[in-house]
Amino acid sequence: MSTVTTQTIVQSGSNKRARRPLGRTRRIPMGPRVSAFIVMGIFGLYSLIPMWWLLVSSTKSPENLFTTNPMWFSGFDLWGNISDVFAQQNGIYAVWTGNTIIYCIGGALVSTLLSAMAGFALGKYEFRGRKLIANIILAAVLVPAVLFALPLYLMFSEIGLVNTYFAVLLPALVSPFGVYLARIYAAQAIPDELLEAARLDGAGEFRIFFRLGLPIMMPALVTVFLYQFVAIWSNYLLPVLMLNSDTLQPLSVGLVNWRERLTEGIPYNITITGSLLAVVPLLIAFGILQRYWRSDLTAGGVK
Amino acid sequence: MTAPALPAELAAQQEPAPRRRQSSSHKTRSALLLLTPFSLLFLGVMIAPIVYALVQSLFRVQRSGLGLGGGETLFVGIENYITALQNKDFIASFGRVFGIGIVQVPLMLLIALVLALLLDAAFAPLRRTFRLIFFLPYAFPAVIAAIMWSFLYQPRIGPFSDWLAAIGLDVNFLSGDMAFFSIGNMMIWGYTGFNMLIIYSALQAVPEELSEAASLDGAGWWQTAWNIKIPAVRPAIILSAVFSIIGTIQLYNDPAILSKVAPGISSTFTPIMAAQQSAAANNYNLAAAQSIILALVAFVLSFGFLKFTQRKGAES
Repeated sequence: MSTVTTQTIVQSGSNKRARRPLGRTRRIPMGPRVSAFIVMGIFGLYSLIPMWWLLVSSTKSPENLFTTNPMWFSGFDLWGNISDVFAQQNGIYAVWTGNTIIYCIGGALVSTLLSAMAGFALGKYEFRGRKLIANIILAAVLVPAVLFALPLYLMFSEIGLVNTYFAVLLPALVSPFGVYLARIYAAQAIPDELLEAARLDGAGEFRIFFRLGLPIMMPALVTVFLYQFVAIWSNYLLPVLMLNSDTLQPLSVGLVNWRERLTEGIPYNITITGSLLAVVPLLIAFGILQRYWRSDLTAGGVK
Repeated sequence: MTAPALPAELAAQQEPAPRRRQSSSHKTRSALLLLTPFSLLFLGVMIAPIVYALVQSLFRVQRSGLGLGGGETLFVGIENYITALQNKDFIASFGRVFGIGIVQVPLMLLIALVLALLLDAAFAPLRRTFRLIFFLPYAFPAVIAAIMWSFLYQPRIGPFSDWLAAIGLDVNFLSGDMAFFSIGNMMIWGYTGFNMLIIYSALQAVPEELSEAASLDGAGWWQTAWNIKIPAVRPAIILSAVFSIIGTIQLYNDPAILSKVAPGISSTFTPIMAAQQSAAANNYNLAAAQSIILALVAFVLSFGFLKFTQRKGAES
């Protein structure tokens, strides 16, 4: 196959040669370098401008928000804005932050452990029904979590689970995509011989999972955790449906309510600064964990 | 004496049968125990709600008089499905997400592919920095991004209306006419980086020798990209497309949040919003039918697309 492609390239290359005789002789040609920079620069600006705006606007007083250049600083009221955020409604912002940590970090951690256990079982053991279970889970990957929110709400209202922590936390514990990733990784990365050797040494199956399986799967599990964390954070519909009480809501629902309630005296600067505070820790964490966005895991699986 | 020459796997198969069966049943039990916590929750929060919604969708609550006493529950078969499919708002909401998706998904994947190819190209400057910058919007929580864009679209607070006014264009991003553009833009901003990363990781797995052979043969960067790299990362592009199509069907956050400040965006703008509206109007049975239709459409589309591209891949 590669010879065929090389031939086509040679042919199309010789066609082009007449048009651009000089370009290929230089090692790092300036033209492509500049054009690449321009293309990447334009999209880079597009990515950064909204974030820059958020940063700048968080430092402005409510009056300056409307009257000054949106893209540049004017006065510096960041600290005042931050204390306003935490003072609003008797410090509900701190409660929302705590709830977000419970739902997102707590939910994603437990979900990752459950995914690892299930993925290890499906990837490293032969038993009847294994393929069927794996296929059901794969089918569940194809129906996005958000689409389960409304049926969940209907069912949870019937059994009286709405407006509790469990209403948001229980669904957050299940990640078919996480099981799928963990299964593929376990099957590829954990050698059967290693497991057999451990069994010959008399290790129990659970000991094998926790002592051998988990450590080997760790890089994939960080990925699973990140995916689930983002999935819980972004599933805005579920808490909107489930939670009536302010005090149970995560930051996402609370901030949208603030955004909506300008007329009830929630000034813009509080919502804007509250959004910035919610985002900064995440951006830092994701910058550090960037290498764990290993989508090649998934690319290898779906073929 | 052929025994020592046997590969390890074959040798293992010649183990005494009874011992093996015993250990394998023990292993099966452990595997099932490891599977249990996930499976129970999976049944509880994914299978049960779907089954519950499926059952609910076949009934109707007949409210009598003031409608206070709950009323009677009647079995109505597929009546709710007919109501849902005859509901103009619900059908229109599918049309709207389709309209957004048909432009937004190909455009986003094209941008993601070009950026990924550039990040993979040796001549491109500042590649690590740009990779981080392109990825940042995806790390940005979607709900906060939607709140942020709802401000950015607002004249005077956000810069864009002013910039366009400076060149003589009067654009109201929050009007009904601009809703498609405004929402599509939020999706491109939020998800291009993710798709770029999927394609970029695949590009890095393309053997270096292939591209080198091509450039020794005199192929330019673009020809190498087109003839070698893009075909090699086809599975990754397909994966991105599937994710994006699923993402478009479940479109909710951006329009729902934007609709709170933009009167031009109706409360039934997307299918999920329409179903939510039915639940809010206390028509749980209709909401159940709409949810089932929606889940079915999402599943069939993404599954069908996956199968279709797999078959095409096998043919070529």
